[in-house]
Amino acid sequence: MSRPELKQYELNKYSRIYSLGAARGELVVTNDDVAGPIDSSDEWIRQRTGIITRRRAGKDTSMMDLAVAAAKEAIANAGIQPSEIEAVVFNTITHPYLTPSAATLLAELVGANPAAAYDVSAACAGYCYGIAQADALVRSGVAKFVLVVAAEKLSDIIDPTDRSISFLLGDGAGAAIVGPSDTPGISPTVWGSDGSHWDAVSMTGSLLDFRDGKTSWPTLRQEGQTVFRWAVWEMAKVAKKALEVAGIEAKDLAALVTHQANIRIIDEMVKQLALPDSVAVARDIINTGNTSAASVPLAMHELLRTGEVKSGGYALQIGFGAGLAFAAQVVVLP
Amino acid sequence: MALAQADVLAGLAEIVNDETGIATEAVQLDKHFTNDLDIDSISMMTIVVNCEDKFGVKIPDEEVKNLETVGDAVNFIVSAS
Repeated sequence: MSRPELKQYELNKYSRIYSLGAARGELVVTNDDVAGPIDSSDEWIRQRTGIITRRRAGKDTSMMDLAVAAAKEAIANAGIQPSEIEAVVFNTITHPYLTPSAATLLAELVGANPAAAYDVSAACAGYCYGIAQADALVRSGVAKFVLVVAAEKLSDIIDPTDRSISFLLGDGAGAAIVGPSDTPGISPTVWGSDGSHWDAVSMTGSLLDFRDGKTSWPTLRQEGQTVFRWAVWEMAKVAKKALEVAGIEAKDLAALVTHQANIRIIDEMVKQLALPDSVAVARDIINTGNTSAASVPLAMHELLRTGEVKSGGYALQIGFGAGLAFAAQVVVLP
Repeated sequence: MALAQADVLAGLAEIVNDETGIATEAVQLDKHFTNDLDIDSISMMTIVVNCEDKFGVKIPDEEVKNLETVGDAVNFIVSAS
């Protein structure tokens, strides 16, 4: 007895980023505001991190509020209806519920219900992980349009007396719509992880430790030197590989958009990549701080908003952080 | 064969100068990287990586905190070479 052959998804050849959206915490927090508890100064923080202000959300603004604002802008700029979104990939480490996911609520709040929706935990690499997944979902035919959101309210998990990372951190959200394209818009992704440094960027304790009174509210910490070495020299290799698999050279780039962890990581990476002056380098960290997963889309959005780069150019984007996890790809600027 | 202490000191002084602008003659064995030379942890890591390249040695992350003085670094590199 014969049976019908299974149907499978029809493939799309190419994908691209249609649009971006951005939202930053409404509070402008200066170095003087954070220097006291770490016995530091405006000058010390500027010199060591490049940060002048970081943006944080007030008590009444949630991570989801930021995510919704960024997502709505991306949807509007893409020229699509939210009902056309078939998947929502939400990258965050600060969703305050283990379940249900942030993604399903976001889908509901932006009018994308009943899109497939799920969260990704890849910390500062999250957005680039999300773009890799969106690219795969679109080109494999699984989803026509994918909403990628990266949102963090890191001020919920900081310790004002911590000198390792807390004073760097800000709150914000970035979003992108990825969909089918007639021309190549997202290169292969170079991504991976290194769990041998699982605790190089981590929380001070688990939720179970907190429940059992073994730790105070868990906050973020990092081993700065270990992370710096990895973020510059290992990630420079990843960035070079991303250019290679994209089939382009550094001189072909319009922009470099790295995770905004520390201006000295960015500057050192520029040196390692021997970028020509023609390449715009995102330094959104100066005014926004380190917003983890949100930092890459926020920084790219800012380059486009200020006119420093134009739609259509190539941008190398690279995210790296806790896990350790990393991802890099070249995209055509929306 | 182990590198000579004087050669390592001279090479390290050049690396420190490149990273921080500190004069090479100020980089002496008894100088403390933080207290005397005012080198912060990020610059220290850049110096460490550049030393690895220049001298062909491996300086693990956990070892870096033990390199408090220029002499500590020179001795580590000489013994690891």
